[in-house]
Amino acid sequence: MNASASRFPRWLSPVALLAVAYGVLPLVGSSYLFEAILTPFLALSLAAVGLNLLTGYAGQVSLGSAAFMAVGAFAAYNFNLRVHGLPLLASLVLAGLVATALGVVFGLPSLRLRGFYLAVSTLAAQFFVEWALTKFSWFSNNNPSGVIDAPSLRIFGFSFDSSIGRYLFALTIVVVLTGLAQRLVDTQTGHNFIAVRDNELAAKVIGVPVLRTKLLAFAISSFIIGVAGALWAFAYLRTVEPAGFNLDRSFQIVFIIIIGGLASIRGAFFGAALLAVFPLILSRVGSYLLGDRFDSGVLDMSQRLVLGSLIIFFLIAEPDGLVALWDRLKRRLLPMPNNP
Amino acid sequence: MKTIKLIPTLGRRFALSAALAVTISGTTFQTKAADEQFFPLQSYRVGPYAAGGTGFFGGFIDYLNLINIRDGGVNGVKLTWAEGETQYEVERGVEVYERLKNHPGIAAWNPLSVGIAYAMIDRITQDKTPLITINHGRTDSTDGRVFPYVFPLLLNPYSETSAIINYIGTKLGGLDQLKGKKLVVLYHGSPYGKETIPIYELLAQKYGFTVQQIEVPHPGNEQESQWLTIRRAKPEYVVLRGWGVMNPVAIKTAQKVGFPADHIVGNVWSNSEEDVTPAGEAAKGYVAITTQASGAQYPVLQEIVKTVYGAGKGNLEDKNRIGSVYHNLGIVNGILNVEAVRTAQEKFGHRTLTGDEVRWGFEHLKLDPARVEALGAKDLFHSINVTWDNHEGDGYVTFQRWDGKKWNVVSDWIAPDWALLRPIIEKSATAYATEHNIQLRTAAEAERVDTKPYVANK
Repeated sequence: MNASASRFPRWLSPVALLAVAYGVLPLVGSSYLFEAILTPFLALSLAAVGLNLLTGYAGQVSLGSAAFMAVGAFAAYNFNLRVHGLPLLASLVLAGLVATALGVVFGLPSLRLRGFYLAVSTLAAQFFVEWALTKFSWFSNNNPSGVIDAPSLRIFGFSFDSSIGRYLFALTIVVVLTGLAQRLVDTQTGHNFIAVRDNELAAKVIGVPVLRTKLLAFAISSFIIGVAGALWAFAYLRTVEPAGFNLDRSFQIVFIIIIGGLASIRGAFFGAALLAVFPLILSRVGSYLLGDRFDSGVLDMSQRLVLGSLIIFFLIAEPDGLVALWDRLKRRLLPMPNNP
Repeated sequence: MKTIKLIPTLGRRFALSAALAVTISGTTFQTKAADEQFFPLQSYRVGPYAAGGTGFFGGFIDYLNLINIRDGGVNGVKLTWAEGETQYEVERGVEVYERLKNHPGIAAWNPLSVGIAYAMIDRITQDKTPLITINHGRTDSTDGRVFPYVFPLLLNPYSETSAIINYIGTKLGGLDQLKGKKLVVLYHGSPYGKETIPIYELLAQKYGFTVQQIEVPHPGNEQESQWLTIRRAKPEYVVLRGWGVMNPVAIKTAQKVGFPADHIVGNVWSNSEEDVTPAGEAAKGYVAITTQASGAQYPVLQEIVKTVYGAGKGNLEDKNRIGSVYHNLGIVNGILNVEAVRTAQEKFGHRTLTGDEVRWGFEHLKLDPARVEALGAKDLFHSINVTWDNHEGDGYVTFQRWDGKKWNVVSDWIAPDWALLRPIIEKSATAYATEHNIQLRTAAEAERVDTKPYVANK
């Protein structure tokens, strides 16, 4: 806790970031920036924060993130539809709790399984949820095509339906939950997570309640991922179908935390930026530069090549993820004053 | 003289440059706005549905090119477009929408994906820009009182269902022969695939047949268990409501379990060359519904071959696909879009139109068989008659059989049972209106048109 070790106090960079996110971006951004880049980025980052608590900190591999997102989205929709007068925030919290309950159920195998075997058992969550949401049309209010329309975003009579409103709505929820997650990893519970991850037997010996810790990790992670799913549906797409939360999405979130940096809250945001935002930028640059000469299919394929090689490059340059790369870069550019 | 001296120099300079800026921006605005109508294309040329995407958007672009090269645009207004790849994924479609929505002079959106169309309904209604879902889309958007900007042109899913049941009825020797028979609907596990579940149930009740509806999960390259179920069920006919790779796999698996191809009826997205060619011999005798015939013998296609491909501007990489089902559908879609723009231009002037003006054009889009012939599309498609409250436009269908090399038309142009379907559509649409607090639009309101160009909110 040697604050003078750094030239800047620790609180400065998050505060500066928040000031930009709340104060500067709404003034300068276009609706494309908010609706197509920032809102999906925020929702995916939040899901990655949730998964990082489970996988990065507590060491439990899960391939069912998209399922918990779907549960969150559909639960929020149904609470909002069926309970009249329920505030939107309350349905979001309830949706998170439904995802929590399901997360605990599908976390039970973790009491006996580890590593790849656990990953395979979480696949069951992925397939089961997708199947159930498609099979029982009650979940989508008997809509024949199984697609739900998101309700308008109103909190205390104030509408968040403009593109800036949607962005601020998503941003606020992400900031609150990320803040709580950051706080959590500094507490005893957070340390228990890491103890379980690093050596289960040793953790048990020093008195960490291993079973409870694992289930707690599943519960908290599923809550955050569930809320992220509701954000994805309500603030970003404004419509949701179960197929939108397929295995590809689960893999995407796993890759986000691997590339961003395991066991790092910031890593989730770095990873989401590379995997969700960067392809968009690449595609726009590509179509701007070469759009007249190639059709969109060729461009799309070449973007995948570029993105794939970049991922390989980044992981070779820094196996601990983008966040470690970033810290190294920062140390080089801003040398510590007390380092000679 | 005195007064001019009194004005401070700085103020005068400011006034002058402001006046200059106004004139400059005014003129650029005019030249820019006078001669372009823009089509944003959410196309998909890679991924599991690339065959449909390249054919459809290829045909659409080929027709727009034909109008530009041959006629110099629509009454001098050049047609322009830009493509964004969606891979048939909803979030990519939304991203492309956000990317292109601020382009000036947007005529209409044509995503060719039910999922993307659903996500856009709120957005385009706010922007007042038409959304065209030719041969697919949300059935109740046919009701223009509730969905002013959505157009499931030519054939909505319910009309398609009705036409298929009528066809099977005639094959059995009359609709009354359907009684006691068994049908299976094999549908694609997507919003598109599920759209017709309730209408099949309803028609089964009406005509007294039983229907079993079986889902094939997207993308559908594994159907062993579904076809074993079908073999146990022993249905009279199987309706294939597929899309992309699901179709050839279905036909091949049918042969494997011994179900005859001539008792499978394909829907309007299971009717292309790309659906049957990979199935080889197994597809011989397979019948599918279509709104537009295939083949390149129609005058409009001949002109596209001569004018567009002759100038090296053709969009299809494989020239053998000229005149294929998807390519022709893209061309018909092009005709409908361009004629809607033309119709609107007759009312609002030969200039860049706003989205709402094009909407008016679609709502007055009437192409009778004579006009279709004048456009060089006789026998390519039948006719269309869109009104402010009927956004489908009473399209006709025909059935075609695959002989192993090409499609042969095996029926006349058939009308679906619109009178039967309209009350069901209205019921569903008004339920949507109540759920979303939408006031039903009247004929008078449909005539009110926003002529101000749309500016996106920031």
